[in-house]
Amino acid sequence: MTSEVTNIVVEVLPRFEGYVYPNEATAHPLWGFLIVLYPYITGLVAGAFIMASLVRVFKVKALEPVYRLSLLTALAFLLCATLPLLFHLGHPERCYEIMITPHLTSPMAIFGFVYAWYLMAVLLLELWFDYRQDLVEWSKTTAGFKGIIYRIFTVGVTDVSPPAVALDVKMGRILSVVGIPSAFLLHGYVGFIFGSIKANPWWGNAIMPIIFILSAIVSGIALCVFNYMVLTWIRRHTVEMRCLDTMAMFLFYALLVDAAVEGLDWIHRIYAAEEGFSVMQTMIREKLFYTLNLGQATIGTLVPFLLLGSLQLLRRRVPEMVRRRMISASAAMILIGVLAMRWNVVIGGQLFSKSLRGVMGYKMEFAGVEGWFMGILLLGLPFVILTVLVKLFLSERLPTSGHTPHGSSTT
Amino acid sequence: MKTQFNRRGALARLGGILAGVLALPVARTAKAAVQRVFVSSGAARGYDPSKHKWLMCIDVNKCIGCGLCAEACKKENGVPEGPYFRTWIERYIIQKPKPGSGQTRGETLVDSPDGGMHGFPESPVPRDQIEHSFFVPKLCNLCEHSPCVQVCPVGATFDAPDGAVLIDPKYCIGCGFCIQACPYGCRFLSPVTKTAEKCTLCYHRITRGLKPACAEICPTQARIFGDLLNPVPDDPIQKFYEQNRVQVLKPYLGTAPRVLYAGLDKEVR
Repeated sequence: MTSEVTNIVVEVLPRFEGYVYPNEATAHPLWGFLIVLYPYITGLVAGAFIMASLVRVFKVKALEPVYRLSLLTALAFLLCATLPLLFHLGHPERCYEIMITPHLTSPMAIFGFVYAWYLMAVLLLELWFDYRQDLVEWSKTTAGFKGIIYRIFTVGVTDVSPPAVALDVKMGRILSVVGIPSAFLLHGYVGFIFGSIKANPWWGNAIMPIIFILSAIVSGIALCVFNYMVLTWIRRHTVEMRCLDTMAMFLFYALLVDAAVEGLDWIHRIYAAEEGFSVMQTMIREKLFYTLNLGQATIGTLVPFLLLGSLQLLRRRVPEMVRRRMISASAAMILIGVLAMRWNVVIGGQLFSKSLRGVMGYKMEFAGVEGWFMGILLLGLPFVILTVLVKLFLSERLPTSGHTPHGSSTT
Repeated sequence: MKTQFNRRGALARLGGILAGVLALPVARTAKAAVQRVFVSSGAARGYDPSKHKWLMCIDVNKCIGCGLCAEACKKENGVPEGPYFRTWIERYIIQKPKPGSGQTRGETLVDSPDGGMHGFPESPVPRDQIEHSFFVPKLCNLCEHSPCVQVCPVGATFDAPDGAVLIDPKYCIGCGFCIQACPYGCRFLSPVTKTAEKCTLCYHRITRGLKPACAEICPTQARIFGDLLNPVPDDPIQKFYEQNRVQVLKPYLGTAPRVLYAGLDKEVR
């Protein structure tokens, strides 16, 4: 390495308070906004899948209108889940090494396998079994490019006799049952990536996977509410209030459990007040003031909690119109709040020195791999994919088969 | 018929076990050969890592904060300019307590301007208000249970049998997980190679019978480097042990560092 090369990369030092290790004094934290998006997107996948499982496994009939939409949402986001990780690597071209020579003690190494299992063995298969009967039907009636796509997706299996359809339903149910622990695994695993870092008192925490799973369920249900409202608005349909109220109910209880566990974590941290507590106080009071107190606690938890909670008590007295708005607003706020929570975990854990003697600053750029622009692009991409999926597989023009996800035929 | 079949099965099984036992050393040799080709450590040809156990001892009382070690390290290893260090020096200034405060000591100030590479400026605290002031050289702590090795998703960073913790730059994917996992802030993501980098104990030097650059240049012998498996006459490592009570950094994390310090203070983290 010549000194000319190394001289180019002198960075402008940002401001620090107190003492930080010299290697920590870089202009940006090592893991930036992309790594904030990674647990956020993965969480939305897990949550949306759990939402779909409510219909399939727990037979909540009121949620049938959003069953397929939640599965497609999970797929659209899952297809984008690894992108932030990939872009942030120093050597993205070597990413296959994780699959070929995984280091088994690393919490990150098995993610590729968990991801592949979840995508291939759970989500795609469940969607295929659920859609098979329709795909056969559509491939016969649709011409052109769309028809070819449907024909490809049938994979040549055109048997729609009653025993075959019964098998589809059975397989779908089995996959969904397998899918729930898989979704927990997928996201709990992401939590463990942070929770296993004992060097960092902000991250190293036994209940981190549980916190991640619970907040994932909350954000996933909120995303399904959001998508359902947007879809009915675009299509000028009327919202099925029974479905929306049920989603709001599940959202409320998920939020309740999530807030309780996260609260417990905070109580423990404050009460135990271990080494580094004073640095954490600085974080809460200064560095993460807006994203933690305002974003995560107020917008993401307290306000939706009160809105959804009041609806649980006074549902019958609130007019439909107001209810719709309250639920939509809660869902949107929760989506922002959970993003803020991911920010607080990922960025928060890197805003103080591991010497516990100082704090760093972080100002996000607009351009660059870790900038706003890239972040918005990566957050928008799943919605673009979802639009295509909805056009293809939730088209209003195509008739759908009679079978319902939980198995009892209604037509 | 039945007995004949059983005998054949048993023979086949025995043969299988035998073949397995015979294949084991072959597999080991093959693995070592593959590693020789694919693992890039900078070691000298013919160097056997299993015949050494390297150790670094640091006498805090001897360090004068001249910064030659940090500078030598940067030059020797081509460490990029800017906030990237394989070794650095911290200055601790512990102030006297304010009269009547009821405390044993005052505020502790720590700094390491440019890693201490060019020495240190005048103390911001007047001399008569300083209770203790000392320098602490830092480097990779050569953990017995290294958290960085544990978390590497591809196994690019590894514990060498001789005690060095190394990174294969051709293999590292640059995810930064090891940097997050190191409790001592000893790793960085090189802006040049886009891979993780850290102190290798100057592996290219020690495998050729030389000392690491920092230990070589230290004018006060605050850094003592040695080999536990090949003690020399009047071994400085042995002497260090006999003369000092030693400590390690952040012992509560269970990383069992093999960089040992004498004369540390509770303020050092």
